Amino acid sequence: MALVLNEEQQMLKESAKGFLQENAPVEALRSLRDERDATGYSKDLWQQMAEMGWAGILVDEAHGGLEFGHVGMGQVMEENGRTLTASPLLSTAVLGASAISIGGNEAQKSALLPAIVEGKLVTALAVDGGSRHKPTRTGVTAEKSGDGYSLSGEKQFVIDGHVADKIIASARTSGNEGDTDGITLFIIDVDTQGLEIERVIMADSINSAIICFSGVAVTAENILGEADKGLAVLQQVLDIGNAHLSAELLGLSQEVLERTVTYMKERRQYGALIGSYQGLQHRAAHLFSEIELAKSVVLKVLQALDEDDGESRDSNVALLASLAKAKASEVATLATNEGVQLHGGIGMTDELDIGFFMKRARVAEQLLGDQRFHMNRFAAINGY
Amino acid sequence: MADLDTFRTETRAWLNANCPPTQCTPSEEFEDTCWGGTKWRFTNPEQKTWLDVMAERGWTAPEWPAEYGGGGLDREQAKILYQEMARIGARTPLFSMGLSMIGPALLKYGTEAQKQQHIPNIVAGKIWWCQGYSEPNFGSDLAGLQTRAEDKGDHYIINGQKVWTSYANMADWMFCLVRTDPDAAKHAGISLVLFDMSQPGVTVKPIPLISGKSPFCETFLDDVRADKDQLVGQVNKGWELATYLLTHERAMIGNMGQSTAIVKSLNEHAVEQVGLENGILADSALRADITSWLMDDMAFQLTAERLGDETKAGTGTGAASSMLKYAGTENNKRRHELMLGIHGTQALAWEGEAFKDGQMASVWLRTKGNTIEGGTSEIQLNIISKRILGLGEK
Ligand SMILES: Cc1cc2nc3c(=O)[nH]c(=O)nc-3n(C[C@H](O)[C@H](O)[C@H](O)COP(=O)(O)OP(=O)(O)OC[C@H]3O[C@@H](n4cnc5c(N)ncnc54)[C@H](O)[C@@H]3O)c2cc1C
Repeated sequence: MALVLNEEQQMLKESAKGFLQENAPVEALRSLRDERDATGYSKDLWQQMAEMGWAGILVDEAHGGLEFGHVGMGQVMEENGRTLTASPLLSTAVLGASAISIGGNEAQKSALLPAIVEGKLVTALAVDGGSRHKPTRTGVTAEKSGDGYSLSGEKQFVIDGHVADKIIASARTSGNEGDTDGITLFIIDVDTQGLEIERVIMADSINSAIICFSGVAVTAENILGEADKGLAVLQQVLDIGNAHLSAELLGLSQEVLERTVTYMKERRQYGALIGSYQGLQHRAAHLFSEIELAKSVVLKVLQALDEDDGESRDSNVALLASLAKAKASEVATLATNEGVQLHGGIGMTDELDIGFFMKRARVAEQLLGDQRFHMNRFAAINGY
Repeated sequence: MADLDTFRTETRAWLNANCPPTQCTPSEEFEDTCWGGTKWRFTNPEQKTWLDVMAERGWTAPEWPAEYGGGGLDREQAKILYQEMARIGARTPLFSMGLSMIGPALLKYGTEAQKQQHIPNIVAGKIWWCQGYSEPNFGSDLAGLQTRAEDKGDHYIINGQKVWTSYANMADWMFCLVRTDPDAAKHAGISLVLFDMSQPGVTVKPIPLISGKSPFCETFLDDVRADKDQLVGQVNKGWELATYLLTHERAMIGNMGQSTAIVKSLNEHAVEQVGLENGILADSALRADITSWLMDDMAFQLTAERLGDETKAGTGTGAASSMLKYAGTENNKRRHELMLGIHGTQALAWEGEAFKDGQMASVWLRTKGNTIEGGTSEIQLNIISKRILGLGEK
């Protein structure tokens, strides 16, 4: 398959760009932050995004979705990286929709997916028990009690945790923390007794939460997929999440480079535009080259996800997802560091948007595993 | 899609039947990849067979038009061919500046007679071409070149000196940048001419390099003759061709070290030399460096594929080759620094049977030239800054 967008994907990218730049530029995030908005995103805007079909890009047609695939969704995510639009796109349309589509039974799918597509249901994926990503350390144990389970423990860094209607949480049903077996995924209403959700405001001003489980009682019907075998589903969802986070980081990096180059063509020192100094030109050109590399790995993993039929799944998708996340993270760190430096003093001000990009980049990089996590995983998959 | 599947099946069967056993083992020495030409010494009869059977199908130049001996494949078919060659570890049957540089320029700018004279010979590996661009005082600033070509009616007489001419000692023909109008502005008086290297006025002197081996030459041109019908494109419009050719050269150099034949990957070298502890490479700092390199290498390969696909789809940017040249050559240097790290002192042995006469050290040193030849890394960054980012105005 050619490593380029087809016409429909290109059209979606352009319409996403137009919509986001017009309706939800970085200033929108700035106002949500400054007004200390309790929801952290605009529900109206999310409704509009859902009406355009974005919440259902990854959902199959049988459940009301567009079934437009990962390359398509990746374009929306990339454009979203340029505007830093706060919305449940990642938590719900990417992570939630994927988890339910991959792990859910028919009853769960038909109850939840159409509601996601319509923008009426927000989900949050609760993975990590600690502040460093490690899917086998769930932080939550599920004890058998009657014909159900009782969940106790804590989840950190749950995106959209405090605005979600349903939490999809991994919990340990057997074995010890660190084991690959014995993890089960549960899908739980937020108003279930014993669940306590505390909003955490992160550096990027985008929603996150800590979730405490104190003897939360669930039944077998709350299980997503198979008991004890949840990691396989979770791992696929994480690969998907990392692919789309990479797309977001790619868009973010491109935006920072473009804004920085624009500034280099405006700012004068020593009687000349700073963009005429070769010392700075080469730094911008090097960043350009790195972004080109990131573009290719991002498109490749998105295409691989679209070709992945779930059954004959080889390690290729996992390898490509880790490659994309590691490279996109490395490039986003470089882009935002250079972005601030090449702006000089004004780059340090809150008034300029560039700082928003730097803060979002670091949060998105840490989310679901940073560059080093994915380098280690890549090495392990390659057997060394 | 069904057509492509059939093409794949047929290609696989044909390769299995026709690739001789010695030609699907990793290329280790320079001589393992055939450059063709009248002075080439085949390492064994199978190398010649492999060249001949591939050339007969035009698969030494898979995407060139069939009417001049090329393979006539479209890009998707060519990709399948490369994939199938890689699958059995088949070596590139022919590697040359004819294929990567002057051939594409002739296909784009050449006359019908030039195409018919030169292209089939390039495809068949009959002529070794060398590139006469750089001069002692004009390297990066190539457009200042001084080698003169005087108009003598039906031919030109050329005088001057070229330098760093790779394999001038082995080449049959040169594609050479000359000044045809000394009074015109720097970029406006240059032409591209082709001539036979075996004529008396051509003197070639090898220059020893840090890598020990020396295919690089000073080339002195004294009253060398080039027939007028061997001028490519229009007279005094050679700069456009020169840059077109450089684009192809950059794409090729950026891709160097990435022949279709399997080369043992860095992690395999490392596991052999360093060993595993609990499944993890015993040197964790090396493991991180290797991973970073492998990732950049995969990203680079995918970028070469993507930019190629974009060019085919007509959405590519012209300066992309500068990005590929820059990233590919910087990566290749890193690869060989890591090879030293993996193999330790034995990588630096210079003489002796056991070390293949300093093969590893020599290859490592040769890669230092990758970021110089075909326009230095700094020049590529200049081009990206100016042409893509639009920087430069004071
Ligand atoms: C292995 C090898 C093979 C070669 N093969 C061939 C061949 O077959 N045919 C051929 O014609 N030539 C060949 N060359 C020559 C090659 O193209 C030149 O060496 C190259 O273009 C650089 O020119 P130079 O050596 O004169 O260096 P210079 O141009 O003198 O450069 C010296 C340093 O200054 C930097 N520099 C120069 N100008 C600028 C600028 N404007 N901005 C920033 N930095 C600058 C360069 O990057 C470099 O670091 C080969 C070279 C090598 C090393």
